[in-house]
Amino acid sequence: MTARLRQSLPAYLFLLPWFIGIVGLTIGPMVLSLYYSFTDYALLNTPEWTGLHNYSALFQDPRYLHSLRVTFIYVGVSVPLEMAFALAVAVLLNRGLKGLAVYRALYYVPSLLGGSVAIALLWQQIFGSDGLLNDVLGLFGIHGRGWISEPGTALWTLIVLRVWQFGAPMVIFLAGLRQIPDDVLEAAEVDGAGRWQRFWRVTLPLLSPVVFFNLVLQIIGAFQAFTPAFVISGGKGGPSDSTLFYTLYLYQQAFGNFRMGYAAAMAWVLLLIIAVFTGLNFVLGRTWVFYGDEGVRR
Amino acid sequence: MKRVLAHAGLSAGALIMLYPLLWMVSASLRENTEIFQHPGLIPEHPTLGNYALGWSSTGTNFGVYIMNSLIICAAVVIGNVITCSLTAYAFARMTFVGRKALFAVMLATIMLPGHVTLIAQYSIFRNLNWIDTFWPMIVPSFLATDAFFVFLMVQFIRSLPVELDDAARIDGCGYWGIYRRIILPLLSPALVTTAIFSFIWTWNNFFSQLIYLSTRTRLTVPVALRGFLDATGSSQWGALFAMSVVTLVPVVVVFVVFQRRILAGMAHTGLK
Repeated sequence: MTARLRQSLPAYLFLLPWFIGIVGLTIGPMVLSLYYSFTDYALLNTPEWTGLHNYSALFQDPRYLHSLRVTFIYVGVSVPLEMAFALAVAVLLNRGLKGLAVYRALYYVPSLLGGSVAIALLWQQIFGSDGLLNDVLGLFGIHGRGWISEPGTALWTLIVLRVWQFGAPMVIFLAGLRQIPDDVLEAAEVDGAGRWQRFWRVTLPLLSPVVFFNLVLQIIGAFQAFTPAFVISGGKGGPSDSTLFYTLYLYQQAFGNFRMGYAAAMAWVLLLIIAVFTGLNFVLGRTWVFYGDEGVRR
Repeated sequence: MKRVLAHAGLSAGALIMLYPLLWMVSASLRENTEIFQHPGLIPEHPTLGNYALGWSSTGTNFGVYIMNSLIICAAVVIGNVITCSLTAYAFARMTFVGRKALFAVMLATIMLPGHVTLIAQYSIFRNLNWIDTFWPMIVPSFLATDAFFVFLMVQFIRSLPVELDDAARIDGCGYWGIYRRIILPLLSPALVTTAIFSFIWTWNNFFSQLIYLSTRTRLTVPVALRGFLDATGSSQWGALFAMSVVTLVPVVVVFVVFQRRILAGMAHTGLK
């Protein structure tokens, strides 16, 4: 054993639990699930090699393609909306008002509870045909509908649920806004920049790394959303598959039909999709994310 | 004047945000026939009957589910605090062969979607005969698998002065002594943050508890709550809401007590 390796031993001892975890619960299972994705595997049989069959079957499976579409709509609509709310409220809160801490806490509460089954059940009631939303609309003489039971609107109730949880990115925006030095904004004001100009030309560029960070995290998280769709649709992704999220379909295939190989292939495609989106974010990010010492962009 | 307007706007916004939650609490205090009659918050005939009904109406006392959830949460908190801090200390303060590469691997796992390991993990746990036990939820936390907390602690340890380690070493401390007597006490803010988020996330975690647990008396709060509808039909909205409120209480209490720490933890690290 070389001297360097011997010196490394104490560190390896500290890392032992992590090492067992990364090999036994992350890398090992990744390799194993990659293997499963090329097999026909129903949990009780020995996996049977079928090559690329699962992958080619995926793209001929109308329900799979539909779940992709549903997920893309969900991510594409809810993330920008959530980010816009988070940023707008953070900017409003960052104006030295008294009670900032209270507002921040109140707006954050939905983020904390939103992923729970209890909230999904509540949502099911709020957007039901005799639910809270229709009661409120009734006060204004508007005749509501069964928001959750109709295929045209069910997905939108889930989008609303996600947007409702804008408090988490908002808190991160607030922290970012605090890092912006007052004198930069004051200098811009002296130079004659109005409120909007200061926001677009000074605040937003200086905040762009935080926007970027939030965007990457939210997209990754939204692709993996599961609980609300599962609970609200009773595990089915209905009505008419309108809330059949990617992860929900994966769950159905794995634990409903025991098509483990097929589900493993789905998981790898999901990893690929998330990797592509994250990579795309980083590439596009270079054009708009602004890091520190380049001087304020004009 | 502008200030008043801003406060009015922000308060109205907060009310809209919180209305569904307040309404749920109110609905849990109403009789079933009254729940759907008006969108207001004040129950006409307040009753705690829904709580009594919900507590026992699935055949198993709801306290059993709460206890199961608490056992899993406590184990996960302990596991994360111990093994993530060991791992973080090694990455932040020790030199060893392969450190950069291993650190990169650790960071990469933060972004890895759990679904990629899901099927294989399930089949591994099944071969270990761990299906329908708490082990699949607990064991990973004793193996520092939540890289996010490791990263959080690495960042925190790096902000502590190295001179403390040097002084302890001169006084005869080895790596273990430095970790135990210097780093761990100073790390406590990060440990508390880790403990809080471990608790909340595990309490709310639905997916793994759904796929791994099946025996009624071993179910946890989220799984039991979701089974409530099937067991009772939707005729018992009041009882359902009462139990929903019960499952949210621990999270709200933790939030109220540790509010500053939770919001600061969010702000620093982007935890969700």
